[in-house]
Amino acid sequence: MRAILGYTFVGTAGIVITILTMYHVLTGKGERISLGWFLENTSPHMWASIGIGLSVALSVVGAAVGIHTTGVSIIGGGVKAPRIKTKNLISVIFCEAVAIYGLITAIVLSGYLEEFSWKIVEKSDLLKGRNWMAGYLMFGAGVAVGLVNLFCGIAVGIVGSGAALADAANAALFVKILIVEIFGSAIGLFGLIVGIYMVSKVQMGNK
Amino acid sequence: MKGCLFNIDSGYLEGLCRGFKCGILKQADYLNLVQCETLEDLKLHLQGTDYGAFLANEPSPLAVSTIDNKLREKLVIEFQHMRNQAVEPLSTFLDFITYSYMIDNIILLITGTLHQRPIGELIPKCHPLGSFEQMEAIHVASTPAELYNAVLVDTPLAPFFVDCISEQDLDEMNIEIIRNTLYKAYLEAFYAFCKEIGGTTADCMCENLAFEADRRAIIITINSFGTELSKDDRAKLYPRCGKLNPDGLAALVRAEDYEQVKAVAEYYAEYSKLFEGAGSNPGDKTLEDKFFEHEVRLNVHAFLQQFHFGVFYSYLKLKEQECRNIVWIAECVAQKHRAKIDNYIPIF
Repeated sequence: MRAILGYTFVGTAGIVITILTMYHVLTGKGERISLGWFLENTSPHMWASIGIGLSVALSVVGAAVGIHTTGVSIIGGGVKAPRIKTKNLISVIFCEAVAIYGLITAIVLSGYLEEFSWKIVEKSDLLKGRNWMAGYLMFGAGVAVGLVNLFCGIAVGIVGSGAALADAANAALFVKILIVEIFGSAIGLFGLIVGIYMVSKVQMGNK
Repeated sequence: MKGCLFNIDSGYLEGLCRGFKCGILKQADYLNLVQCETLEDLKLHLQGTDYGAFLANEPSPLAVSTIDNKLREKLVIEFQHMRNQAVEPLSTFLDFITYSYMIDNIILLITGTLHQRPIGELIPKCHPLGSFEQMEAIHVASTPAELYNAVLVDTPLAPFFVDCISEQDLDEMNIEIIRNTLYKAYLEAFYAFCKEIGGTTADCMCENLAFEADRRAIIITINSFGTELSKDDRAKLYPRCGKLNPDGLAALVRAEDYEQVKAVAEYYAEYSKLFEGAGSNPGDKTLEDKFFEHEVRLNVHAFLQQFHFGVFYSYLKLKEQECRNIVWIAECVAQKHRAKIDNYIPIF
């Protein structure tokens, strides 16, 4: 079922793109398929907003997947060894932290969003460059933070699931696996740092 | 990523199964059990383990068969609980595990009816994991074709049975052949199913099932010496999903005595080890025990990996081995025959 849906989607998208491209090329309007034109004429606000959205959305997906992975194992392991349930909440908190990194980035990025008027900006190359760069920087920062946190969440979730089951079998193992988990959780921080550093040069607005 | 996807559907049950596995008796528990003087002592010691008060309501002169039944009952309840909560593809996987018990039940019922036992006496002896609705109707069948048409066609075993409809009538020899043909078809189907699931499940389960297939091939060969089973017929009974396939099986077909089987096993590092030191002299372990030991080892290894279905199979097999161990110890205690009490197979 999943494969059929996937193939249908990819097939349809491929055919549509090919037909549109061929139409433009064959009717002598080939210059309209221009990546440069697309990048120059889209609003920096769109890129910035997509970046902000992706940073929080992907982070939350990562955290949710991680919490689900860990949570079911804690519940399953906790049936025969109820003592693990409080201790292993820490794994859930580690996953939760991943979502918070995304949230922080999104809030910081939103702070840089500012209005500007196209008329004023179009007149000065310097202003236009600044605003356009700001848009792409925020997009890049958002994607970086989002993807880093998505994979960090998955990693922490899987290790957390292992930690819960190991703890249920042998209580002495919990602290050792927790260290692995802490290192896994730290990689989410790298994304946050890079994201914040990237947007430190952002300047939006009419001035 | 696979781990996350696995956990969405089966994470809870895997955790539960691992929890159950932690209740399997340890070496220290066995050391306590073999010290027991009476079955009452045994019951007391078992109460201190994960089994708890499972024998509490039994009247005082305990029989070994009661212990056996109660042990099995507990295992079945645990397994059914997991089966009831499972979703695809785990539910099919767990169903596959029960098919082997179904095969045993059918054979038990046919053999019983052949010896004119009433069906009501046989049903309680069947393994509860392998019970199915049409079980009571099995005595109407007198040929394999009838058996298929009347009883098995609605059970999940039907596709396995197609190979043995051609047998003429049900006598001792044919029943054994039917059992082994069914088992062969079952093992091969299970093997293919695990391969289809892929990933860690395939890695772990194929190892287990390959061993199971090879063990059956070797045991069939050894048991067929001195019977009227021809070599060609024997070849048809070998499950073809093991490590012996195809060269080892071809050599097994040609084997004519125990020594030749041993010579075939020499080519396979893990099996040659089992044949070494196995013998029928007092003090030696039998080949069967060696196989059990190897099976336990394989099953314990299944728990070293996470996010796969093998743990459910291995748990059931380990628990069965534990039941056999406890029953063995109980038997030895009951008959005051302590010399062989240490012949149980420790698990952890």
